[in-house]
Amino acid sequence: MTTTQTPPGGPPPADAGAGPGADVGPDSPDRSLPVRVVGLLGCVLVLVAACALSLVVGAKAIPLSVVWDALLHGSDGTFDSIAVTSDRIPRTVAGVVAGAGLGVAGALIQAVTRNPLADPGILGVTAGSAFAIAMGIAVAGAVAPSTYLWLAFLGALVATVVVYLIGAVHRGSVSIARLTLAGVALAALLNGVTSGLVLTDPRAFDALRSWQAGSLKTRGWEVISPAAPWVLVGIVLALLLGRALNAVALGDDLAASLGAHVLRTRVLAVVGVTLLAGGATAIAGPVAFVGLMVPHVARRISGPDQRWILAFTVVLAPVLLVCADVVGRLLLPVGEIPAGIVTAVIGAPVLIILARRYRVAAL
Amino acid sequence: MSAAPGLPDAPASVERSRAGAVRSTRTRAGVVSLALALACGVLGLVALGTGSLELSPVEVVEAIRDLGAGYRRYVVLEERLPRIVAALVFGAALGVGGAVFQSLTRNPLGSPDVIGFSTGAYTGALVVITTVGSSATAVAGGALAGGIGTALLVYALAWRGGVIGFRLVIVGIAVTALLASVNTYLLLRAKLEVAVAAATWGAGSLSLLTWQQALPALLLVAALLPVIALLSGGLRQLELGDDAARAHGLAVEPVRLSLVVAAVALTAAVTAVAGPIAFVALSAPQIAHRLCRSAGLPLLASALTGAFLLLLADFAAQHWFPQDLPVGVVTVVVGGLYLLWLLASEARKKVT
Repeated sequence: MTTTQTPPGGPPPADAGAGPGADVGPDSPDRSLPVRVVGLLGCVLVLVAACALSLVVGAKAIPLSVVWDALLHGSDGTFDSIAVTSDRIPRTVAGVVAGAGLGVAGALIQAVTRNPLADPGILGVTAGSAFAIAMGIAVAGAVAPSTYLWLAFLGALVATVVVYLIGAVHRGSVSIARLTLAGVALAALLNGVTSGLVLTDPRAFDALRSWQAGSLKTRGWEVISPAAPWVLVGIVLALLLGRALNAVALGDDLAASLGAHVLRTRVLAVVGVTLLAGGATAIAGPVAFVGLMVPHVARRISGPDQRWILAFTVVLAPVLLVCADVVGRLLLPVGEIPAGIVTAVIGAPVLIILARRYRVAAL
Repeated sequence: MSAAPGLPDAPASVERSRAGAVRSTRTRAGVVSLALALACGVLGLVALGTGSLELSPVEVVEAIRDLGAGYRRYVVLEERLPRIVAALVFGAALGVGGAVFQSLTRNPLGSPDVIGFSTGAYTGALVVITTVGSSATAVAGGALAGGIGTALLVYALAWRGGVIGFRLVIVGIAVTALLASVNTYLLLRAKLEVAVAAATWGAGSLSLLTWQQALPALLLVAALLPVIALLSGGLRQLELGDDAARAHGLAVEPVRLSLVVAAVALTAAVTAVAGPIAFVALSAPQIAHRLCRSAGLPLLASALTGAFLLLLADFAAQHWFPQDLPVGVVTVVVGGLYLLWLLASEARKKVT
């Protein structure tokens, strides 16, 4: 496989074989540009279909014509159109934004740690956000959704850095098992403190109860609109990092000799993960496994180039979260299952399959 | 650990003869065990006297010895003692169970709580509570079945011509996540009062434990600990590898199987009564190992460390917070911190 490392400012090497990934199996073929573009368009269509499904399906199925009217002209006062405008549109948007954030955060962590099992949920990043928000509510009485967002960023940043430092102190090589374990330990620790806080503070318990399961329900615009721009910034940052991530995938030494700024890439990736995972967690609560699964699916479709993996992830991750939300609405006779539960049920077997496939005798 | 002060610091044993080093390790293990036992006793006395009725240790001893102490005697013997005995015995059981598992898998992470045992026990208990009802025996049975089933499942899924630590841990994490969501689903489906009772059990708690509830588990643990002590020679040989153990004339598979069954039963007995108490099985053997500076995982010291840890955690959960917390919340925080520290210090060692 040839390495096309274009000089800075050169045309983006969109041709096949641009970026070898360190953690790709034999099942990640290179694709030509037309295949990738068509594939991406197909994924966008799937996303549109998923969103339509999310608007139509629920406790009461609402016909598409009513949904369409409500989308174009706003609510006309009937119960169905109010349900669309005040409930289903916000939660669909929340699913798209949070899904994209979590998916791209997962792809970023996987690329920068060269760890195919990384995920903001598994590595404790979302637990960090949840912890910071719980602390904010319990200690300072913060209840404004915009404060949630900044607390979520802070928690995500601290958790990312701590897990990364503990998991990757071993210079150069990030041990997959160590990183995963550090994340799980941190998540367990933070969840313990969070539940301790929540159990002693009824007010925090009430505020966090629905949020903690990772649900898209009751996400009003007041939570979505401040978080969405930051998630968007994170996505753009991730896409800009794509080429550097291709180089980092080769290993630190080789990447440095190719002229990539390894440290700068890492720092920017951490910033990106913070914005993406923090924003997504502020919206949807701690949702695990979206960031784990989607980049693997994306890699299967797009081949090993990180830029395309990221692009596919942006489109496919919302599909997963929105569909998980739809499934969660249908499974219970009364009420619904939070989307985060559904993604965990789908995602855990994927993690097992990955762990069995990668023959890593680390630890 | 607070048990450590007062211990003689083992001098650098580089120039020391091998026999001398072994002897000093043994002495150290003995001293550490003694100190831990003492710490358990002192903390137990303090815990017996702490609560809404404050008693000094002397008053506690008087209340126990004096048959006519009435109310004080009732509070100490019937209300506080079951919980403290349970904390000590259950902690010891978890510590020994963890030590056996970690020795057999030759991996500090091979402990029952990491490989999904606790979450599986919770799932089993939840299924029973939501379908049959919350009688103590039914819940215990469900927890046993769930825990053992999950441990077997994780082993089977991690098996690929042998079990390596990495795969075991990752598969354990995945199965734990899966079962945790199943648990949430079951709780969401259940009626509110059922869900609340189940959630209290699921957090791992020793509060409101009476002699009647604790007795079966206490007896089971008391019966199992000597069994493991009898098998400990075999365990030491297994640590050297299957071939070496076989060459020494050990019936490898029967010994291993009985060890696994005994360790699972120990952990299950505790979980069935007190709910999943996380991370004691993980951290107690490792702490004991470091305190004793022994080659393998010391069983006696692990038991004493587990007992002290759980008693301390329960004491903290009961008295250090504005509200009575489930002890599992405290152990998960302490254990999580400890695991992080373990990972960080191991990494530092590898760098240098």
